[in-house]
Amino acid sequence: MASVTLEKINKVFGSTHIIKDVDLSVGEGEFVVFVGPSGCGKSTLLRLIAGLESITGGELRIGEQVVNDLPPRERGVGMVFQSYALYPHMTVYENMAFGLKLAKTAKETIEERVMATARILQLEELLHRKPKELSGGQRQRVAMGRAMAREPRILLFDEPLSNLDASLRVQMRNEIARLHHRLGSTMVYVTHDQVEAMTLADKIVVLRDGRVEQVGSPHTLYQQPATKFVAGFIGSPTMNFMPAELIDGSAEGCRVRAPGLGELALPQSTDGQRSGAGLTLGVRPEHLRLAEAEGDNSFEIANVEYLGNEVYVYLEPKAGDTLLIHRSEAPSRWKIGQRVALVPDLDHVHLFDGDDKALAIAKQSQAA
Amino acid sequence: MSIPATEGAPQAVRPRQAGYRGTKVRRQRVRAAWTFLTPMLFALALVAGWPLLRTFYFSFTDASLSDTTSALFIGFENYLVYDDGAWYGLLTDPIWWRSVWNTLFFSVVSVSLEVVFGIIVALLLNAEFKGRMLVRAAVLIPWAIPTIVSAKMWAWMLNDQFGIINHLLMALGIIDSPIPWTASATYSMWAVIMVDVWKTIPFVALLVLAALQMLPKDCYEAAEVDGIHPVKVFFRVTLPLITPALLVAVIFRLLDALRVFDVIYVLTSNSTSTMTMSIYARQQLVEFQDVGYGSAASTLLFLIIALVTVLYLYLGRRQLGVDQ
Ligand SMILES: Nc1ncnc2c1ncn2[C@@H]1O[C@H](COP(=O)(O)OP(=O)(O)OP(=O)(O)O)[C@@H](O)[C@H]1O
Ligand SMILES: [Mg+2]
Repeated sequence: MASVTLEKINKVFGSTHIIKDVDLSVGEGEFVVFVGPSGCGKSTLLRLIAGLESITGGELRIGEQVVNDLPPRERGVGMVFQSYALYPHMTVYENMAFGLKLAKTAKETIEERVMATARILQLEELLHRKPKELSGGQRQRVAMGRAMAREPRILLFDEPLSNLDASLRVQMRNEIARLHHRLGSTMVYVTHDQVEAMTLADKIVVLRDGRVEQVGSPHTLYQQPATKFVAGFIGSPTMNFMPAELIDGSAEGCRVRAPGLGELALPQSTDGQRSGAGLTLGVRPEHLRLAEAEGDNSFEIANVEYLGNEVYVYLEPKAGDTLLIHRSEAPSRWKIGQRVALVPDLDHVHLFDGDDKALAIAKQSQAA
Repeated sequence: MSIPATEGAPQAVRPRQAGYRGTKVRRQRVRAAWTFLTPMLFALALVAGWPLLRTFYFSFTDASLSDTTSALFIGFENYLVYDDGAWYGLLTDPIWWRSVWNTLFFSVVSVSLEVVFGIIVALLLNAEFKGRMLVRAAVLIPWAIPTIVSAKMWAWMLNDQFGIINHLLMALGIIDSPIPWTASATYSMWAVIMVDVWKTIPFVALLVLAALQMLPKDCYEAAEVDGIHPVKVFFRVTLPLITPALLVAVIFRLLDALRVFDVIYVLTSNSTSTMTMSIYARQQLVEFQDVGYGSAASTLLFLIIALVTVLYLYLGRRQLGVDQ
């Protein structure tokens, strides 16, 4: 177990700047998840920590030690690859024992550790099989077992579940969560699936174009996204965004006008914004209420999806072409083609300024 | 623990296979296979089967090159015959056995060296560096030159009086007097082995390189994270994974080496210290005009190569995937 600290980490491949000034600290025993869209540099950042890529600038510490120039084997990390990277010609046992054997570990210790790991991951039945005789989920467990058997200080996972089917993914997600609970080791986990991030993480790091967009607990990221990007990335179905215009505002709160919603009084402080400024209003699908249409403020229902326990109602937007989503418990009385009024829950409305930064809730109204 | 699992698998498969054998689909596939195979089999019978059978036949006659039509059947006399209290025939000829030994020695040594150097060259070519494509093309040159040409070239370089190799070695002070590389009984075998190795390294290297590029790259990163020394990774990961390709390269080379003729004939002609089975057979057939005796040698050559091949395939069956 060890902590990891990144200070102003940069990575340049040839002439492309991939990782830009990343600051981050991973506490001892913490489960940190990197999320972000494809190509944002998640894998690269993980490989920098593992030592598989050289660091262009900045300082990386594991525990108290600066490890910028240490080769992977001296960093005490274990890594689980997206493709599992099992040695195809070795059995499950040999795969797990290989690293230990070549580190000249005593034979009994090897046996003991491999068996203990196999027991935790329920691999005992499979020890004498070759990787090609295993299912995807079993291979995935072997890959984890191999990384764990060496008892590294930090376990790194690069999208370990992305090759599995949906139900197995949910099952393995649970097993990883339980494993972390049991072992208590420091884990850094890369995924582009925000559900995995939300369910596993103590701390989520949202990356975008090689920069850290926001760091926080799943709860913080869901309730208080710092930018429109994070707001749109976390949560499923995604947050609804609508253009809005600032009528007037102060440090205590503001009034905005949004097409289709009319005038809303919101608790956000709009210090530094001129009235008439263009803002973006964000509401999660569950923080909307549908009501009978009255006057101009109405939306047409484009589609209704029934999912058993809940219903998604899709509405034609007033601007842009992303349908608005309303989510409620089943059953629902709304039909395609009907016109309805949208009533947002004002305590859960997010406001973003022209630079897509979230506007903070005014202190006074927070207390209230 | 794993026994019930592995036992279950064949049982599940067996009934399906039995049913499959009798189905219409199966019969159609067999018919299609024969349709495609027949022209090839016919061509092979014509260009390989027929000459081979004729060679077998001639080996039991006293045919001579000037007149093969009036050959008489003499049974095994070309191979072995007891006459006047002494044994005669191919099987008693010490020069034949010398040729067999030379051939086997040449094959084993040259193929081994080619494999070792081929792997080394392939590993070098597999590394990332500037101008890699150029080097890859350049490495192919020895393989692209016709053997006769490269053998002649080497014959000149190895020439005891005018050859550049003696010149260089003497200039460097490694030897005092010129070495008759291709004429001396001590050096000539090594000279031909060297030329053959020089020529065939590219072939082995390219086959191995192809195998190296198929290797799962992520395994190496896993090994790096696991802290395994690169040399160990080579012997424990790379080598086992490229073994199937290596075995294929070896069998190609072995079949070539066992019937080697051109390099040796150009470099050392009919010298007994490097005479191989092919050269022996040619000498009997063409120079001594004895088609019957030469055919007997060719027949044995065929049997020995066939035996080595069968043995090799049997020993390497697991890696080559023959019995799967
Ligand atoms: N060795 C390399 N040389 C040059 N560019 C690279 C290299 N490795 C990655 N990149 C670039 O760095 C960027 C980030 O890559 P990375 O693999 O970290 O993305 P990712 O966030 O893991 O994406 P994904 O979710 O698709 O795995 C990409 O634009 C990629 O093209
Ligand atoms: Mg990636």
